Amino acid sequence: MQTKNNRPLSPHLTIYRPQITSMLSISHRASGVLLALAAVLLVWWLSALAVGPEYFATVQGVLGSGLGRIVLFFVSLAVFYHLCNGIRHLVWDTVHGFELEAVHRGGWIVVAAAVVLTVAVWSAAYLWRA
Amino acid sequence: MGGDVESYKTPVGRVQGLGSAKSGFRHWWGQRVTAVALVPLVLWLGFGLAVYGSADYEAARAWVAGPVTAVLWIVALAAALYHAALGLQVVIEDYVDGDGMKVVAILAAQAFCILLAVGGIIAVLRIVLGG
Ligand code: HEM
Repeated sequence: MQTKNNRPLSPHLTIYRPQITSMLSISHRASGVLLALAAVLLVWWLSALAVGPEYFATVQGVLGSGLGRIVLFFVSLAVFYHLCNGIRHLVWDTVHGFELEAVHRGGWIVVAAAVVLTVAVWSAAYLWRA
Repeated sequence: MGGDVESYKTPVGRVQGLGSAKSGFRHWWGQRVTAVALVPLVLWLGFGLAVYGSADYEAARAWVAGPVTAVLWIVALAAALYHAALGLQVVIEDYVDGDGMKVVAILAAQAFCILLAVGGIIAVLRIVLGG
């Protein structure tokens, strides 16, 4: 069939090369699912605080270990990415920002803002810890 | 939350009590309302945890037990896990095959979120009450 190659394709992972649009879109989903899992750590920490000093110290030891900090670093990045990109979703819901240029610019702003917030929160953790 | 949902529906939609996808609008709206609420809540919680998360036991407990912080914690837990339950449902609907499996997976995700929310809120209350 002659026309076959000219048919429009819906986004398709093995057909379209990765672009900032598709990469950030799937990252919103991935970060959302990761955050749902990370909520386990949050409630674990909170429960340890409710249980008592010894158990709290154990949980602090795990979360504050080298591996614990690496996990928490990626969780914080996912939090801020999902938050910033979520705001972008909310703007889109008002039917604004759909011009291709705006989509590309917004995407980079989201990535930059997420990195800045992640650096800020870790600076706070190391500089102002109570 | 979502008290304005009815005002967005047409008279027919209101009478039927059904959106385009049965409960689609309520779901979509709930995800947006929680998302807006979560922006300040998550920023507050993130920086609060950065400062108090690695503090000693007494300082961390005093932070969570404050009257304002305790309420914010509870609201944040409820909003985040409600938002997560709605979000996970969309992901499951997209990827899980078969109606039966879909329902089972959605119920499991909801149970997961409810357990975490209830567990977290009980922990906050125990901290406030000093139990
Ligand atoms: C910090 C503020 C947050 C904002 C502004 C936000 C925003 C959003 C928005 C607008 C959506 C819908 C995206 C779409 O229509 O495709 C969404 C989806 C989702 N969110 Fe959030 N969210 C936030 C926090 C959270 C948290 C704390 C969790 C987990 C506990 C979470 C988990 C999810 C999940 C699992 C989805 C579904 C992803 C998908 O459908 O692809 N979000 N979020």
